[in-house]
Amino acid sequence: MGEVKALVCFFKKYYHIKLNFRGVNVEKQKNQTIVDRIWNSFSSITLAVVFFTLISLTSMIGTVIEQNAEPEKNLKVIGKLFGESLAPTLYNIFERLGFMDMYHSWWFVTLLLLFAANLVICSIDRLPKIWKLVKEPINPLSEEHFKGVGIKREIVLRGKTEKVRGVVGTAIKNAGFNFSEAKEANGYQLYSQKGSYSRLGVYITHFSILVILLGAIIGIFFGFKGFLNLPEGAISSVAYYRSGIEQPLGFSIRCDNFLVDFYGGSDMPKAYKSWLTIIKDGKEVIKKTIEVNDPLTYEGITFYQSSYGMVPDAQGIFMLKAISKDGKRETINLKHNESFTIPGTSITGKIINFSPALGMDQTGRPFTYADMMNNPAIYIEFSEGGKQKYAGWLLKRYPETWALPDGHIVEFMDYWGIEYTGLQVRKDPGVWVVYLGCITISIGLFIAFFVSHRRLWVRLIEDKNGTRVTVGATANKNRQAFERKIDKIIALLSKSQGGGK
Amino acid sequence: MSSSILFGISTMAYILAMIIYIAYLAFRKSQVGITATTVTVVGFVSQTMAIILRWKEFYEIGQMGILRAAPLTNLYESLIFFVWCLILGYLIIEFKYKNRSFGAFITPVAGLALAFIDISGMSKDIQPLVPALQSNWLLAHVIMSFIGYATFAISFSTGLMYLIQTTDKRNEPSYIFWTVTTGIFIIILLAMGIDYLSFRVAIRSPEMLIKSYLFKASFFSQSSLVSALSWLVSLAFIFMLWRYGYVLKRIMSAFSISPDTLDEVTYKSIAIGFPVFTLGGLIFGAIWADQAWGVYWSWDPKETWSLITWFVYAFYLHSRLMRGWKGKKVAIVAVVGFVAVIFTYLGVNLLLSGLHAYGSIG
Ligand code: HEM
Repeated sequence: MGEVKALVCFFKKYYHIKLNFRGVNVEKQKNQTIVDRIWNSFSSITLAVVFFTLISLTSMIGTVIEQNAEPEKNLKVIGKLFGESLAPTLYNIFERLGFMDMYHSWWFVTLLLLFAANLVICSIDRLPKIWKLVKEPINPLSEEHFKGVGIKREIVLRGKTEKVRGVVGTAIKNAGFNFSEAKEANGYQLYSQKGSYSRLGVYITHFSILVILLGAIIGIFFGFKGFLNLPEGAISSVAYYRSGIEQPLGFSIRCDNFLVDFYGGSDMPKAYKSWLTIIKDGKEVIKKTIEVNDPLTYEGITFYQSSYGMVPDAQGIFMLKAISKDGKRETINLKHNESFTIPGTSITGKIINFSPALGMDQTGRPFTYADMMNNPAIYIEFSEGGKQKYAGWLLKRYPETWALPDGHIVEFMDYWGIEYTGLQVRKDPGVWVVYLGCITISIGLFIAFFVSHRRLWVRLIEDKNGTRVTVGATANKNRQAFERKIDKIIALLSKSQGGGK
Repeated sequence: MSSSILFGISTMAYILAMIIYIAYLAFRKSQVGITATTVTVVGFVSQTMAIILRWKEFYEIGQMGILRAAPLTNLYESLIFFVWCLILGYLIIEFKYKNRSFGAFITPVAGLALAFIDISGMSKDIQPLVPALQSNWLLAHVIMSFIGYATFAISFSTGLMYLIQTTDKRNEPSYIFWTVTTGIFIIILLAMGIDYLSFRVAIRSPEMLIKSYLFKASFFSQSSLVSALSWLVSLAFIFMLWRYGYVLKRIMSAFSISPDTLDEVTYKSIAIGFPVFTLGGLIFGAIWADQAWGVYWSWDPKETWSLITWFVYAFYLHSRLMRGWKGKKVAIVAVVGFVAVIFTYLGVNLLLSGLHAYGSIG
């Protein structure tokens, strides 16, 4: 509550400064000063609508021209739209205007800032009045005002005014209204209001937009966005900007493994996974397996799975498990062109070829169809006593290729050190401010559209048949709903009276 | 019964309902109206069942959690969901306002959206989710965006009806606006239909159709005769609509929906759609992007167009507060808002991706 008061104080102060500006000026000269004029135009909704239009229209440019792209791409686009011959000239003009990175150009940023200024000034301008409306306690309604209210109902209930007052009071209370009472000439008036704070919903909404913009600005000034391609087994203590400049992390990160899961036997990737370890001051502090949509954060720096690739000329390690016919098993790690022995036999195998994505062409000849690890396979030649026995492809994703002709099995379990994981590295201390703004804008919009300020006055006057109950009410939103509610209360009242109309 | 048969039934039901609703507008017999509602409800029920079935199929194929398997992952499924929301919203309005004449304006949107699926030849296959789409934020994002789009579609229909009812002078800007806008709408749909028919045989992959062949059978035809003719016929059509559009007013005014009711429904659906779209479309989308790629806002065309849409509806909300902007001008903004919605939803994928390499249909 204290903060709210402080905030109000702040606004009041500025409001007064503004008023003083005006007051002084009005006295000294009838004409408005520049400050005044700017203030006035920035406190108008018309200007807001102008900004909506300007921002929308200019934003469209950046959806047609690809942002931060190679010149050829946009030359092509411009050529398609305006003709090949004009493309180079137009490209130059557009580049001068900042269209190639327009959302960061000085004029677009200025537009956003002016929009924010509009919002701030508009809010400061109106808040005092709204605040008064919110704070103002409800007062009894005079006779003539009763005639003018939006919702009006009247019934006569049996019984003395005193008694009816109790019944009606309970009914109003049960409907969720805490009421006050006033004694009137020949009866009472009960009055109540609810949701007066809802008039602030719009301001919460507007304020949240500023909070979100602030969060974005914090991110720009105190954060960074880089990337890091980390081969399996490698360690890095820096990330890189797109320009290639290094950004120290303050700790080290190691990629222990990288893997792509596929759906069934298809080539549809199901998950990209990197096993990461954070090392700080020589100690392993965190280990986590990240996936797309499940990043790792340490000391405010977040690592996202964003791509992967093959390390050029890598000396990878293949992990095999050899199981002999009579059940002896052995796990084997070896490199390209190295040999191993099937346990308990004198059969040796040697990896002589590797394909990251083995496929068959129409004639049944194997070939590599992608440079990613879509279907890793190794070609092993087996020999016994120096004589070649058999040879063939073992595919990691197809266990049926692991069985050798004479009953031994060689499982292709994994490969390591051949791929790198592509990490997006980001630090953005403003993101929580942005999220805070997102939460408050949701609350603000909810209040602005779905909570209404309801006011209710009930006058009880002695009548010859009992007590005349006159209900007057207003709602600034969804009047029908309030009307229905009032009708329900009245129906209940008259029923409890045994239909004493 | 398979989901595709049920989807077929619902498509036919909505198109049939559209015809019956229009007949109801013309003859105003209550039996006709009840039939229209019944047919719509039948379509809605079968569509609901179809969605549940597809969900189940996807769940069985996808090897993942039941929520992740919600059929909302591609253009086809999202269009289906959009139509479902739209019809649900409409049935609520029909029930609440006890007025069927909106039906003649809403069922065409539903019928056309479903027909568009077939015309564009987009992929209807169930595809497992690529890693970036495996997020619960995405699910919330898509569901709420489409609830928002559906409410905006309703406000578009009622806004257009408002304009039809309140304008009749041919030199009045609002009248020119609605006749020309409606004309362009119909022409684009027709042109796409012609594209489809003429390329149906030649093109092997229907997904490529819209992207590479949009309007190639009409406006951008290689034959300059066809192209010139298309432009001419279109202009003539718009001219006719402009010339005789007021007839629609006469038909509608015989039917008692007051412009005030239309204005109220327009406002109310935007008042529901705007917060839902803000939270689901913009905020949840940003959170998802943040989780998946580490940027909550990257100004990519889809995001930018959502923002533009948001600004147009902010324009709508504020213009109601401006002096002299009640009524027609505000209704125009509501109509323009939905044009932005369509562009956000389809234009970015179909038109801009023809220019660039991103986004894809299906
Ligand atoms: C995109 C940004 C904005 C959003 C999302 C937004 C949202 C809203 C909403 C939801 C309302 C309530 C409308 C209604 O109840 O029908 C509103 C009212 C209003 N807005 Fe904004 N607004 C934005 C920007 C601005 C700006 C830049 C101004 C600056 C002048 C402004 C000035 C106002 C005013 C004066 C009201 C009326 C307040 C009242 O009735 O007391 N808005 N806004």
